[in-house]
Amino acid sequence: MQVNSLNHGDTETLRKKILRAFVSPWLPRVSLWLAPILFLLSFFFLPLSKILILAFNTSALTKTNSQLILSTLGFTFYQATLSTILTFILGIPSAILFSRFNFRGKSLLRALTAVPFMLPTVVVASSFNAIFNQHGLFSFLFPSFILHPSSFILILSAHIFYNTTIVIRIVGNALTRLDPKLEAAARSLGADTFRVWKNIILPLLRPSLLAAALLVFMFDFTSFGVILLLGGSNFSTLEVEIYLRVLKLPNLPLAALLSIVQLIFTLIFSILYTRTINQITTQTAPRFSLANKPKTIKEKFFVATFCLLLSAFFLLPLLSLPLRSLTRLEADRGQRGEVQYGFTTAYYIELLINRRGSLFYVTPIQAARNSLGYASLTVLLSLALGYPAAYALAKPTRLEKFLDPLIMLPLGSSAVMLGLGFIISFGRSLASPWFVPLAHTLVALPFVIRTLQPALASIPERLRQAASTLGASPFRVWQTVDFPIVSRATLSAATFAFTVSLGEFGATLLLTRPEYPTIPIAIQRFLSQPGGLSFGQAMAMATLLMILTTLAILAIEKLRLPNSGEF
Amino acid sequence: MLEIRDIFKTYDNKLLLRGISFSVSKGETICLLGASGSGKSTLLRMIAGLEFPESGQILFNQIDLAQTPPHARDFGLVFQDYGLFPHLNIFDNVAFGLKMRNIPAEKINARVAEMMDLVNLQGFEKRKVTDLSGGEQQRVALARALAPQPRLLMFDEPLGALDKSLKEDLLNQIRIILHKTKIPAIYVTHDQDEAFTITDRILLLHGGEIIRDGAPENVWANPNSVHAARMLGIGNVIEGEVARLMDESGRMKVKTSVGIFEVSCKHTHKKNEKISLLVQQFPSPFRRGARGEVSDEIKLKVEDVLFKQDQFQVKTRGGLVIHLKDAPKIGQIIRVKVKVECLS
Repeated sequence: MQVNSLNHGDTETLRKKILRAFVSPWLPRVSLWLAPILFLLSFFFLPLSKILILAFNTSALTKTNSQLILSTLGFTFYQATLSTILTFILGIPSAILFSRFNFRGKSLLRALTAVPFMLPTVVVASSFNAIFNQHGLFSFLFPSFILHPSSFILILSAHIFYNTTIVIRIVGNALTRLDPKLEAAARSLGADTFRVWKNIILPLLRPSLLAAALLVFMFDFTSFGVILLLGGSNFSTLEVEIYLRVLKLPNLPLAALLSIVQLIFTLIFSILYTRTINQITTQTAPRFSLANKPKTIKEKFFVATFCLLLSAFFLLPLLSLPLRSLTRLEADRGQRGEVQYGFTTAYYIELLINRRGSLFYVTPIQAARNSLGYASLTVLLSLALGYPAAYALAKPTRLEKFLDPLIMLPLGSSAVMLGLGFIISFGRSLASPWFVPLAHTLVALPFVIRTLQPALASIPERLRQAASTLGASPFRVWQTVDFPIVSRATLSAATFAFTVSLGEFGATLLLTRPEYPTIPIAIQRFLSQPGGLSFGQAMAMATLLMILTTLAILAIEKLRLPNSGEF
Repeated sequence: MLEIRDIFKTYDNKLLLRGISFSVSKGETICLLGASGSGKSTLLRMIAGLEFPESGQILFNQIDLAQTPPHARDFGLVFQDYGLFPHLNIFDNVAFGLKMRNIPAEKINARVAEMMDLVNLQGFEKRKVTDLSGGEQQRVALARALAPQPRLLMFDEPLGALDKSLKEDLLNQIRIILHKTKIPAIYVTHDQDEAFTITDRILLLHGGEIIRDGAPENVWANPNSVHAARMLGIGNVIEGEVARLMDESGRMKVKTSVGIFEVSCKHTHKKNEKISLLVQQFPSPFRRGARGEVSDEIKLKVEDVLFKQDQFQVKTRGGLVIHLKDAPKIGQIIRVKVKVECLS
């Protein structure tokens, strides 16, 4: 508007000004952001807006719908609250165990408690099925055992299994960071152990406890795979209900409304979580560790009991899965008379065979091929999009600091919702196999950026300057300074993206076409089919997925910058 | 009142304290002086009951404290970085020990007010810990430790984190308060200025043992050992070789890189034995310095000159460091009067 009122001479200088303003400092930055922003706009924000429009359609806001939403919300809260409380009952003593005591195998046990968090939901669900399912080891070993856990208890246990590590990490770290002098001061002022905890430690841990509780609750609130695979559609949480309203009892407006309700709650939790995290003040790091060998009998008893309990709770499912995948417990199809119990590799061999000869049946090996293909695409896409964004965020301008949370936003929305958004925006008929890796990229991108950004930011500009004053060409600078640091981070980010794609369940379930299942989808199909053979095959596939994921986790750990904490 | 008997303690599989014994009597302030890592803080923590010795006893009024948990010992503790409770305000910090003793509220109020007066922080009660400066925080920590009238006060490098002028102020305040309250105190530091200011008695901790125990002026006048002289930074410690034994009483001639000196040693030495000598400039350039008679005058070649505060620190060939009012030229030969003592 203003341009119109200017004469020719002014427009000339204005054009120059605009050019200078945009070309010199801005153009490279804009080109860095172009791809990631476009990607997020078209595959996250557009679907999100479509969901919003659909949700506030008049057809969605009916009385029956709102009653359903309320009851679903109620159950979601109920199970999440219960799961969180139970997770804390196990997590708090474990946090004390790891922060206050030294014992043999401590780091191993700690690592063990962290394993489930990285495992795909199908693997964890399969592990619990391997013990407690009607085909499970437990039912076979103790057929008349009175306390057969219900599906609900299984779901709660799986949630504890997943999230205890969060409590151990957040609360345990806060406990180790706690200045031991405060405790010493309190004791010397006459406070006994109980009062030290009541008056000093607990008040100081409050923000950490709250943060851990919020995070655990958030994960339990949005839990999908575990609930669907262990409970079936009987336990309708918001996530499960969205899935049902998309695939089983199609009602897209209701699904949209449900996901908006879910989004609002996750947003509230995230805001609360960020607030509490900011309250956690970093106290002066203690000069010596508070962890000691257990001395008194009480301490020894506590350490021994919890070591045993934790190892049992975390090892049992993880070991049962491979064990069950190699054990025949019941008659296979077509097998008459005496059942041969014992060791078998049949489930693995069966993975390669399309026994049914059905057109729609895809061999597990084909599912694995699909998974690997999708995962590779996800790696390429997320690196291509994540690299420029991480590069820009390594030294962000003020404006770019606002983009940071925006890029992380897909983390906060559930996978099922991402799938729903794709379906609404691009139509189910459009669901080409391409949409699965796109959805996976959306989930993996925040991880990739968070891995690359610190590595890129860690390279001091002085190093590059020193290299170039010593005569290195820009390429040589990149080759000798940037590459060694960035290559590790890139590999780590790639592995991250690969693992995320390999295990992704929620979005894939909604988006995948029947002829292109991934490993998790194949596992889910096997689990939902009757018969020992299908169950065995699910176990075998889940075992393979577990091994793959574990290898990837180990690779990520290995590739982590050795002194990334120092920069 | 407090008696430490033959304490041994290992830390990281190394013997940190090997046979520490000393006692603190009523109203006395003693100072443990030692380098960082010498185990002085560990010793305090053991007295407080927060750690345990491998062997040895800690007694108070003839009662062994081995079975007494820290909260029942009634010993106050003041730390280098204050250790104030960050979630409590100043009042609640100072009142903490009183509350633990279930003292009625009005008595707590009165006592806290009294303490705030004592450390000159009237009106600070409602403030947050983080609002205070380092010196103020340390005064709060002092008030907190004093409030429940402990039987013993322990200071673990209390002024280490403060700057110099603040240090002197607070040091004097602590001294006055200790005199007023007559509470026996153990003051741990690596700073000898602090040690000499605060205390009636200095204990030098080195290599896990107490190598010197005495009044500050005696310790300074007779460090008695190489380590003590080095720790206190008294004069120059140089190596020498016994050249000639003069008589039975221990007089001998010792050959060093800066000349031959005649000294008398407490211990007997053989000819050609290597011994250490303390060479102090005389008259001393410092407030606390060598006393007694001049024994020798030596010639030294100047190697390096540094300006330090109000005088010149001169390094000479042979490694002797002396202090002069006027700067000599490098390479110049200067004459210096010294007092030489046998340390070994």
